[in-house]
Amino acid sequence: MAAGNEVSTTYYIQHHLQNLTFGKHPINGWSIADSAEEAREMGFWAIHLDTMGWSIAMGLLFIWLFRKAGKMATTGVPGGLQNAVEMVVEFIENLTRSTFHGRNPHIAPLALTLFVWILLMNSLKIIPVDFGPVLFAKLGVDYMKIVPTTDVNATLGMALGVFILILYYNIKVKGAGGFARELSLTPFNHWALIPFNLVLEVVSLLVKPFSLAMRLFGNMFAGEVIFILIAMLPFWAIWVLDVPWAIFHILVVTLQAFIFTVLTVVYLSAAHEHH
Amino acid sequence: MNINMTLIGQTIAFAIFVWFCIKYVWPPISNALHERQKKIADGLDAASRATRDLELAQERAEQTLRESKEQASQILEQANKRSAQMIEEAREQARAEGERLMASARSEIELEVNRAKEELRAQVSHLAIVGAERVLEASVDEKAHRELLDKLAAEL
Repeated sequence: MAAGNEVSTTYYIQHHLQNLTFGKHPINGWSIADSAEEAREMGFWAIHLDTMGWSIAMGLLFIWLFRKAGKMATTGVPGGLQNAVEMVVEFIENLTRSTFHGRNPHIAPLALTLFVWILLMNSLKIIPVDFGPVLFAKLGVDYMKIVPTTDVNATLGMALGVFILILYYNIKVKGAGGFARELSLTPFNHWALIPFNLVLEVVSLLVKPFSLAMRLFGNMFAGEVIFILIAMLPFWAIWVLDVPWAIFHILVVTLQAFIFTVLTVVYLSAAHEHH
Repeated sequence: MNINMTLIGQTIAFAIFVWFCIKYVWPPISNALHERQKKIADGLDAASRATRDLELAQERAEQTLRESKEQASQILEQANKRSAQMIEEAREQARAEGERLMASARSEIELEVNRAKEELRAQVSHLAIVGAERVLEASVDEKAHRELLDKLAAEL
């Protein structure tokens, strides 16, 4: 394989894994990054337009669909959309009832939002990897990564939201003192072991959102990379691997959304429990 | 994969979507679901109640039928008995009446016979006397033979 071919292969992969970044470049000021280096140089004060755009679009799709079903909702015989929506709602309700042991009417809608939103975002993956970048290149946009959950910022952002909720409910249910006591006096209820307990509990607390974000991101990102690698095969060979991988991803997409949701409910349930 | 503002943006989007879902999406769907659940449960309940009612009504109808049958047979039996009794009574009455009639007829006949006998006796004695008178003409002392003639008449 020639050197030029290798470069173009690397470029292809990097290009497909690069987000459309808007931010404050030290030299160019507020602008859209032209390359991966430029995006890196922007540091923290940058935003991935594609991630935000697609995730918000999926969120709005969820809100619109479910709001529409909610408006049409009758107690009579449900129609097609209402049936589908009710199936999801009922599924989430049962999940929450069996997993969440506190009393909080907000947990089920939270779980519903997470599940459907992540499911929709993950589902964008079924769209062939080249469609986004090629289509938007035609429109003059250099980079377009259409699956928001392959961006660690998106998954970590949601996990951060969950983390804030974990802290909020811990303090709300147990009080600040109760929460501090739980952090410092479990698992070993002895004053001399308070520092040890603190380290243990804080780490386990922080690991929760981090593992949530990393699991989803890891699965989606790895799947995306495989899709990109498959897309580089000769055109007549692509479907041999692409089709099974895509079918497999129907499972992964659903499973990851489900795991994220279930773990969120479990963590929040733990936040509601007194020790 | 560099961490940047997207993280915060995503958190905010997450918060907004969750809030909207809690506020506007979940309640109507959930309410409709629960209401329908209740409705279906009520319907099933009513159906089972109706079945029970039907069973009860059937049982009652059967019982009523049985009772009325029993009553009818009782009435029939009573009627039969009564008719037999009436026939018996009538027969008895008829027999008694017949006997009474027969007795009275007999006694009347007897009476009549006696009277006829008496009359006959009187007439015979009279005839005898008249005859004798005719035969004997005044030769016969009526007083002297009266006794004899009476005796003769009594022998008839």
